[in-house]
Amino acid sequence: MLADFAQFTASGLTRGAIYALVGMGFAIIYNASNIINFAQGEFVMLGGMLTAFLFTTTGLLPIWLAVPVAIAAATIAGVAFYRLAIEPAQRAGLATLIIITIGGSVLLRGIVEVTLGKREFVFPAFSGESNVQVLGASIASQSLWVLGTLAIVAALLWWFFEKTLFGKAMRATAQSPLAAQLVGIETRHVLLVSFALAAALGALGGVLTTPITLTRYDIGIMLGLKGFAATMLGGLGNPFGALAGGLVLGLVEAFTGGYVSSGYQDAIAFLLILTVLMVRPGGLFGRVAMDRV
Amino acid sequence: MATGTTLSAAISLGAPLGRLAILSAILIVLPLSFPNPFFFDVAVKVGLSAIVCVGLNLLSGYAGQISLGHAGFFALGAYGTALLSIKLGVHGLIAAPVIATVVGLLAHVIARPILKLKGHYLAMATLGLGIIISIVLNREIWLTGGPDGLSVPAMRLGEFKLRAIEFWYWIVAAFLIVAVWLAENLVNSPAGRSLRALHSSEIAAATAGVDVPRAKALVFAFSAVLASIAGAFFVFAERFITPADAGFLRSVEFLTMIVFGGLGSTYGALVGAAILTALPQLVAAFAEYKHVAIGIVLIATMIFMPRGIVPTLADLFGRRVGR
Repeated sequence: MLADFAQFTASGLTRGAIYALVGMGFAIIYNASNIINFAQGEFVMLGGMLTAFLFTTTGLLPIWLAVPVAIAAATIAGVAFYRLAIEPAQRAGLATLIIITIGGSVLLRGIVEVTLGKREFVFPAFSGESNVQVLGASIASQSLWVLGTLAIVAALLWWFFEKTLFGKAMRATAQSPLAAQLVGIETRHVLLVSFALAAALGALGGVLTTPITLTRYDIGIMLGLKGFAATMLGGLGNPFGALAGGLVLGLVEAFTGGYVSSGYQDAIAFLLILTVLMVRPGGLFGRVAMDRV
Repeated sequence: MATGTTLSAAISLGAPLGRLAILSAILIVLPLSFPNPFFFDVAVKVGLSAIVCVGLNLLSGYAGQISLGHAGFFALGAYGTALLSIKLGVHGLIAAPVIATVVGLLAHVIARPILKLKGHYLAMATLGLGIIISIVLNREIWLTGGPDGLSVPAMRLGEFKLRAIEFWYWIVAAFLIVAVWLAENLVNSPAGRSLRALHSSEIAAATAGVDVPRAKALVFAFSAVLASIAGAFFVFAERFITPADAGFLRSVEFLTMIVFGGLGSTYGALVGAAILTALPQLVAAFAEYKHVAIGIVLIATMIFMPRGIVPTLADLFGRRVGR
């Protein structure tokens, strides 16, 4: 019993970590621009696919070099996406921006489909296929990599947003872009950095989880949608809310899969978010914005 | 390009009934240019997308309520009608309206809590709804056949088996005209004006006496009914349906069609549905690069014609269409 519980908790947190990383990206971009970037999941795919391509398929680079190169490439893709697709259309309406980011997601997926193919990619776990025994559950060492990295990333983000000048500028822009401009903040740079940061976080998530889940050109759709759900769960516009939302989502999925039905694991995320939105329209930790006429 | 511009110029000339007459004329003349049944098949698919888009445009274009889950209603109509006739032996002509009514009532019930949400929260909720429907269709293999899809026998009318795609073209075309007529009438009625009012400001609309939750629930239910009927026709004409037709990407395609054609313009929805449905079918040559091409087209149109094709072209000709 306890072993089951511990096992589900571990797999739930591991799953949740990837939703959290994707969700934090959603929140960071939303804060800077009020845009929901539906292409967010594709950066997870890019991170995993590029690492696998550089290390396993071609053997061009050792793993410790393939990982940063893949994350850097995904980040560049994120910046390019912002420059080419988002920046020219910034004044457009909600539906238009949703379609642009979905278009970007289809495009990134299509490019990877054509260049790397439709098969699954994988690379070995960072510290081998060893397991750690905790409370009778056996936890893959890669899960510890995932959770450890998530903790470090969360701490770094906190430090960045609270302690650095640029982080404070980003928070100011989230509060009010106009007021931020008036005090001399270059909001375009804030937007650019948001997209870069979000892409890097997604790619990092892809790199960490690929040894556990494998990766393929089309995994980004579902991951993106669940990351979106995680962000909503925590309340849009708060990266740490998204972090909590992601972990909660992962845990709920793992426990439903374990105790109720594994077939409906994917549906749970959306059922949960629908319920939460109906009870608390601003998410678990969010505020409801006031309407002005 | 040339036909598109003359078309929109012609459309802008007429009053609502005049435009409807032009649409009917096009639908009657068009088949003369079809060399083989494949073109009828594409035309039926275009017509069905157009029916969904006419309803979705009322919801998203006029009332401003984004839905990323309308493929779910399409699939409920399709699977509901198919299963009612396969498992219970109900004739399709009865099954389709029964299911459409059920879907409409269902949509009306869920509309109130869901449409309280705004913007991205509404997008999330409708998206979740659509995905849950598609997951159920994928999982309940005993009922739906799962990811492999569901085959449906041809509809029978007395001794006749209605399998000819040409026949279904005329039925779909007729229903499309009815749908456009209903939508245009709604838009030019007090109900339509209240939808536009709540689009610009819900509080102002409520102050002016519009029952906002009721208006939203009605238009949501109406668009769901149209999607459900389109789904039923899809099953009759194509005799095959898979859960992919209910998926997130299908919902996105529907939304894309109306934004591409021009949000808030019924004829824009038709043009968007026609171009985005027919193009991938007719240009099968570059199937491998399909996703790359779709992605580029989506981004480029939204950047260069954010208001959509029909309003942009109409402006080029110095006239305003469909507003």
